[in-house]
Amino acid sequence: MSLSPGIYFMSGNSAVAEGAIFAGCRFFAGYPITPSSELAERMAARLPRVGGIFIQMEDEIGSIMAIIGASWGGLKAMTATSGPGFSLMQESIGFAAITETPIVICDVQRAGPSTGMPTYVGQGDVMQAKWGSHGPYEIIAVSPSSVQECFDLTIRAFNLAEKYRVPVIILMDERLSHLYEKVRVPRKEDVIIVNRKLPKSKKNFLPYLADADLIPPMPPIGEGYHFHVTGLTHDERGYPKIDPEVQDRLVRRLCDKIRYHADEIIDIQTYMMDNAKIAVVAFGSVVRPAIKAIKLARSKGIKAGLINLRTIWPFPEKIIREYAEKVHTFIVAEINYGQIVHKVRESVNGKAKVVLLPKMGGAIHTPEEILNEIMEAR
Amino acid sequence: MEIIICGFGGQGIVRAGYILGYAAAVMEDKESSFVPSYGPEARGGECASRIVISNERIDYPFITTVDILIAMAQPAYNKYIEYLKPGGIILHDEDLVKPDERASKASEIYSVPATRIAERLGNRIVANIVMLGFFCAVTKIIGYDAMKKAVEAGVPARFKEINLKAFDKGYNYGLEVIGKDKRKALAVQ
Amino acid sequence: MPMEFVDHHIRDKYLKVDRLPHIWCPGCGIGSILNAFLLGMEKAEVDPDQVIVVSGIGCTGRVPGYLNMDTFHTTHGRAIPFAVGLKLARPDMHVVVFSGDGDLVTIGGNHFIHAARRNNDLLVILVNNFNYGMTGGQVGATTPTGAITTTTPYGNLERPFNIPYLAAAAGAVYVARWTSLHVRRLAWSIAEAFHRKGFRVIEVLSQCPTTFGRRNKMPEGIDMLRWYRDNCVIQHYADPKDAEIVPGRKIIIGKFIDITDGVETFEEKAWNLVRKFLGDRIEIPFRKGLRCPKEIPG
Repeated sequence: MSLSPGIYFMSGNSAVAEGAIFAGCRFFAGYPITPSSELAERMAARLPRVGGIFIQMEDEIGSIMAIIGASWGGLKAMTATSGPGFSLMQESIGFAAITETPIVICDVQRAGPSTGMPTYVGQGDVMQAKWGSHGPYEIIAVSPSSVQECFDLTIRAFNLAEKYRVPVIILMDERLSHLYEKVRVPRKEDVIIVNRKLPKSKKNFLPYLADADLIPPMPPIGEGYHFHVTGLTHDERGYPKIDPEVQDRLVRRLCDKIRYHADEIIDIQTYMMDNAKIAVVAFGSVVRPAIKAIKLARSKGIKAGLINLRTIWPFPEKIIREYAEKVHTFIVAEINYGQIVHKVRESVNGKAKVVLLPKMGGAIHTPEEILNEIMEAR
Repeated sequence: MEIIICGFGGQGIVRAGYILGYAAAVMEDKESSFVPSYGPEARGGECASRIVISNERIDYPFITTVDILIAMAQPAYNKYIEYLKPGGIILHDEDLVKPDERASKASEIYSVPATRIAERLGNRIVANIVMLGFFCAVTKIIGYDAMKKAVEAGVPARFKEINLKAFDKGYNYGLEVIGKDKRKALAVQ
Repeated sequence: MPMEFVDHHIRDKYLKVDRLPHIWCPGCGIGSILNAFLLGMEKAEVDPDQVIVVSGIGCTGRVPGYLNMDTFHTTHGRAIPFAVGLKLARPDMHVVVFSGDGDLVTIGGNHFIHAARRNNDLLVILVNNFNYGMTGGQVGATTPTGAITTTTPYGNLERPFNIPYLAAAAGAVYVARWTSLHVRRLAWSIAEAFHRKGFRVIEVLSQCPTTFGRRNKMPEGIDMLRWYRDNCVIQHYADPKDAEIVPGRKIIIGKFIDITDGVETFEEKAWNLVRKFLGDRIEIPFRKGLRCPKEIPG
């Protein structure tokens, strides 16, 4: 079964796989792609032993569609991929969003665009994770920065997917996927595992009639609910409706069920932010050099702190806005040429200076590079 | 404590790195991290494992300077000797690595014929474990029991016996080396 | 005798009647095929609650929306991988993929051949109307050479897929072809296929007078049905290689392949692997391997 409580030493890829199994994931469909393949390999070895199914599909589109199918079949399901495969999955992410299917996708980011540098790190999929499919919709994305967080946030990803009936993306990166660290596996009874809400009765059941929390209960198949699921705009009965009013109602709810619960979903971590005048904003493996840089800065008497975006989407606008009253500069360190910096700038809204510290991919920032930027900002 | 184990792909560099990290994290409940080199190369290419062992939470595991360099092949030594901090320690395979003048920044240099010992045991593939035994004896960063248990857990079951033998050979060779010079052993502490 | 109007149909119970009328054009073949499907399901005596129908995009893709069953209308070309996941999760269900030629063998062609190769336990009803009807009659991978479509105004330069041959080569264990004219035989075939397991393909040649027929000298639905009447030859176990559709030549229909006996499905293999590790500690709801009599009455 899932790992027994204790201390383990494993890679980020393995920790996501084990976190998933711990959370109850019993279906994995994937397609080999560097640097995420070890995750699929671990699932292939582990799932049959815990009563789950692994299938290697013919491509990433097949993989994500298979997990959407399996999720409707009642299993918690996930896939893992990297940039090129994540690009292929975008249409189906929109399908999962409109059909409100709980799925988890682990995107182990590598240097792009295109084939780029398959074995080297990148963080260029941040905006794609949010906006990659067409049309207005919301997803949730979490971003671990240690192997322990790979385990913990994967459990959280499944819980969020099940609770909000939404695709949840684990934005990993190559550096973290191949980093081995200590993982403390908790006792089952110490971890909350969320399962999707089921309908109470078949009588007058409408598959897309949401409760007050904006989330409709998800019917099981084969039990006579006779529900229809479609990627077309649909009404509460699940019937296709080509009608701007129905579209308005549906899209608002799909987005608002996430936006209204943003405070509950967002779980960011701060480090030495209490009296900070300079905030480094980072996520994923960049958090690691950032922590070291902040320690170095503090040792020089510079009041710097870190905001670790463990939840990237929905973006923690409110938190950034609050810190904009306290700090004079935000340094946004990311392995791309400027993505999440736009959200930071929007949230700060001119109240403080926002500086981008980019890396184009292939390497992560060194602590010294971040420290230098902090020194400049002083 | 920052360590690099380097050599050719196929020498078990990654496994040695994993076992070392595992021994520290699981067997001794220290903090440790391990980053294997990751690239399209498989056997024959240059390969390195980066390990950090600490009593505190490790902020930054992607190290570029090291306290201990363990070299199993000359080209890898040539590349990673740059990473060694002044006053650091070099462990190397006696036959496969010849330290050059750049090694003068090291405070100590220990050599072991790890591959030769492994060949005598019947499989040169266990040279990495001979080296881990040697490392264990000369540095004492990880205790003998913890390290040996980690080796046991970290190798395929059918090769357990030969690996444990290799570990003890390396360990005993290390004890002999430091037995000749007690000062050296203390320098690492 | 005065014309009688009826306000219900005997198979209304399988339909979401509040969704009618349907979107298909007058003269379209999909309605007849849907009727044959319901008849086949009835003949097979399977519980409709245990039948899950999955489609992709296109005119045929709209079929599940009218069924009073658990149904899924997925994205273009991806009905099969969705169904693969669904069936693996619930091996006790009958999973039917009901979609068109453009969806299943053009945009979704890769999924089709791989599901066949793997022997995923799906019943695929592939309605072939030789073109992309819903988008206005463009060329597809099934359009006959020389045919006029909106994107081949000077005639189709390409050679179409021979679907029975493609399915057979990829490893499908049950392959049949019928037309929207041969509704009784089609219903019988569907009933039979319900009681087989593995990757089963029934190609149904249909008529699309609005966007295909009218540009190819068959402007009414009845014209295409006449083409089927005059040119189709029923020939069971024919070599699928000979099933190519060439204007002016005979069209072979019938059952080409039926080798489902004793062939393990991917679902059985995958769950048997689980069983190997967990034994009876896990309950796997496989659907009962009912065997159909060779002749289904009616």
